[in-house]
Amino acid sequence: MASPDDLTGPMQALYAKRSAIYPKAVDGFFRRFKWVIMAVTLTIYYATPWLRWDRGPYAPDQAVLVDLANRRFYMFQIEIWPHEFYYVAGLLVMAGIGLFLVTSAVGRAWCGYACPQTVWTDLFLHVERWVDGDRNAQMRLNAAPWGIMKTAKRLAKWSIWLSIGFWTGGAWIMYFADAPTLTVDFWSGTAAPVAYSSVAILTAITFIFGGFMREQVCVYMCPWPRIQTAMLDEKSLVVTYKDWRGEPRTHGIKKAADDGLSTGDCIDCDQCISVCPTGIDIREGPQIGCITCALCIDACDKVMAQVGKPRGLIDYCTLDDAEIQKAGGSGVPILKTLFRPRTLAYFAIWGSIGLAMLFTLGQRTRLDLAVQKDRNPVYVRLSDNSIRNNYTLKIRNMEARPRQIDVSAEGLAGAQIWTGDGSRETARPTIRVKVEPDSVAKVRLFVVAPSTGPEHEAFAVRLADASDATATARDSVVFERPETADADGDDK
Amino acid sequence: MSENKRIDEPTGTSTVGHEWDGIEELDTPMPRWWVLTFWATIIWAIGYVIVYPAIPMLNSATTGLSNWSSRGDLTQEMKLEAERRAPITAAIAATPIELLGANPQLKQAAIEGGRAAFKVHCVQCHGSGAAGSAGYPNLNDDDWLWGGDLSAIHYTLTHGIRNPDHSETRFSQMPAFEGILSAGEIDATTAFVRTISGQRKPDAVSANGAALFAANCVVCHGPDGKGLREGGAPNLTDPIWLYGSDADSVRATIAKSRFGVMPRWNNRLDAVTIKMLAAYVHSLGGGEAATLQPPKVALNGKP
Repeated sequence: MASPDDLTGPMQALYAKRSAIYPKAVDGFFRRFKWVIMAVTLTIYYATPWLRWDRGPYAPDQAVLVDLANRRFYMFQIEIWPHEFYYVAGLLVMAGIGLFLVTSAVGRAWCGYACPQTVWTDLFLHVERWVDGDRNAQMRLNAAPWGIMKTAKRLAKWSIWLSIGFWTGGAWIMYFADAPTLTVDFWSGTAAPVAYSSVAILTAITFIFGGFMREQVCVYMCPWPRIQTAMLDEKSLVVTYKDWRGEPRTHGIKKAADDGLSTGDCIDCDQCISVCPTGIDIREGPQIGCITCALCIDACDKVMAQVGKPRGLIDYCTLDDAEIQKAGGSGVPILKTLFRPRTLAYFAIWGSIGLAMLFTLGQRTRLDLAVQKDRNPVYVRLSDNSIRNNYTLKIRNMEARPRQIDVSAEGLAGAQIWTGDGSRETARPTIRVKVEPDSVAKVRLFVVAPSTGPEHEAFAVRLADASDATATARDSVVFERPETADADGDDK
Repeated sequence: MSENKRIDEPTGTSTVGHEWDGIEELDTPMPRWWVLTFWATIIWAIGYVIVYPAIPMLNSATTGLSNWSSRGDLTQEMKLEAERRAPITAAIAATPIELLGANPQLKQAAIEGGRAAFKVHCVQCHGSGAAGSAGYPNLNDDDWLWGGDLSAIHYTLTHGIRNPDHSETRFSQMPAFEGILSAGEIDATTAFVRTISGQRKPDAVSANGAALFAANCVVCHGPDGKGLREGGAPNLTDPIWLYGSDADSVRATIAKSRFGVMPRWNNRLDAVTIKMLAAYVHSLGGGEAATLQPPKVALNGKP
């Protein structure tokens, strides 16, 4: 309540101290579901770098590898070069639209179940309960003066957190180098400094985010909740306290009944608040702090069972459904909620991007050519009056094997070519170049043609794999000649 | 405006006291971690000012405890780069120029080094594309006055052409025929020279010039006008002309001669740089394979 004292009193604090949250352990359908998700996501995170994938002798055998040093991205049979980064961009677009899709269908499910911040905080909370005990014991311990027991427990908890953080960072770096080699290098002190600093930074971030900042990351730091609140609509599933059923809430049902008052199902036991990892009261309605982890549903269901009321006083429910149920209706079937035009449209966009990417991945050629013509000099006249133009070829061999590539000038009459290793004497219409596996060969190409011909003559440099007729590449370039053929200027 | 402050009931937070059409702003306090981060950056900045150059003074900024400077960084980088290159530089120094082509990796390194050195020392005359201009040869073509294999190019680079202060320099001098031949004879010789290079149809004037050519020019340019590399005498039958192929230019060359000078580089550049320049010039497309017998140098062929 506002009173004159509030306004004339001491200055308001500059900062808000985080109100401590001690989420209580809970068991139930959603809790078990979260365990499964945690197991799956952590297994994917830790195990992926150790999967092997045979690519032959010239490429790494790690299934998923972000090889920053060599600028390659390997994902099972897909290898991405830097110039194909649009595939990564496509994956990011898919991830974004995937989040839209999930949000429009099942609300903030990402936040509640799969977000790393949620998963690791969940893990840290579990460690905390294992060391300090459940909610009440934690509160007691926190209030207790520092003694041997408290110090020991704090040290134990923090060391476990730190080691989890260390393994988190340690797994992260495995994505960027050959995991078995890096592990040996890391422990023998010979890995790159960036490996150690990455582990140190990620250990610190995991420790601080999972141990201390927790819900503050979601409420203050993460932009996604703000975006999601804009994306949710009246047909999105949100965790809803069914106030039409629960209110008026009361501690003492019997007393209220004796007094002849009508009561709701909510017995105001505050279990939903106790188990909430972000410390909110879901009965206040949808709010930014609710990550829809659904633990309050588990807690409330348990209480409802104890007091002999039907489950689902707190439950996943759309705003539309809430209106219908409030009016006494039975709600919309879940499938109808999930499969509605908006989610189907997101799914169509998401799916078509994925299919388009798969299609182009299947179609892409693993031989590529870029030709750059020398512009200074534009042409060179040779002593036999023929004209030479110089080009720089970049031949990309994107296969993990050395290849013999036939280079030819297509559509330039009388053209003879040779490379920087050869000379005019070795000039041929077609020459063979060896390109190392999985690399770009830079080749100087000299093209000689008769001086008679158009001033700018378009032709193409063509590549063909000597052992694979289907692998070709070409690039159109221009052959330049002097402005006029030798005018037979007579003596003046 | 602070008198308008009030406690917002639903949140329990004070307002800032401003109001816009009934909309008020809550004075929500910052989370503590944010404030701590803010203070941490300020403390960091204090340390930064002490350790690094920061405060501008009259002549320069304060040096800071670390004595850091961007020039110092550059010096360090250049030193490291020189150290990184040292093995290649040593290998080039140890490889005779005629064997440089045998090691493709070394050759490529030399070419790249030569490309950089060319941009500094050679572009003033030969142009950035090495295409030359009137009086300065085009290094891209296959017409070489003094020879176009690696050793010959290397010799030219080392000792230069027509350097008055250097005995090993490449030297030749075409006489000025003004005074030796009459104007009509010079015209006839010009006509003949332009005939053998295919720029002019043979006629009576050029036939007259043929005799004059045989009497005066074949010593250096050869009986068929194809030149002589040992003396730097150009091939007159090809379409490449250092000073121009039109009648006026050729006439001027015969009458007044030419005396192009290329500096020698052995007193300005180190041996490795000269080798790298030779490799680069050789790589431009007109480089010749090494002749079996090393070219006889320093003929000093004066006519």
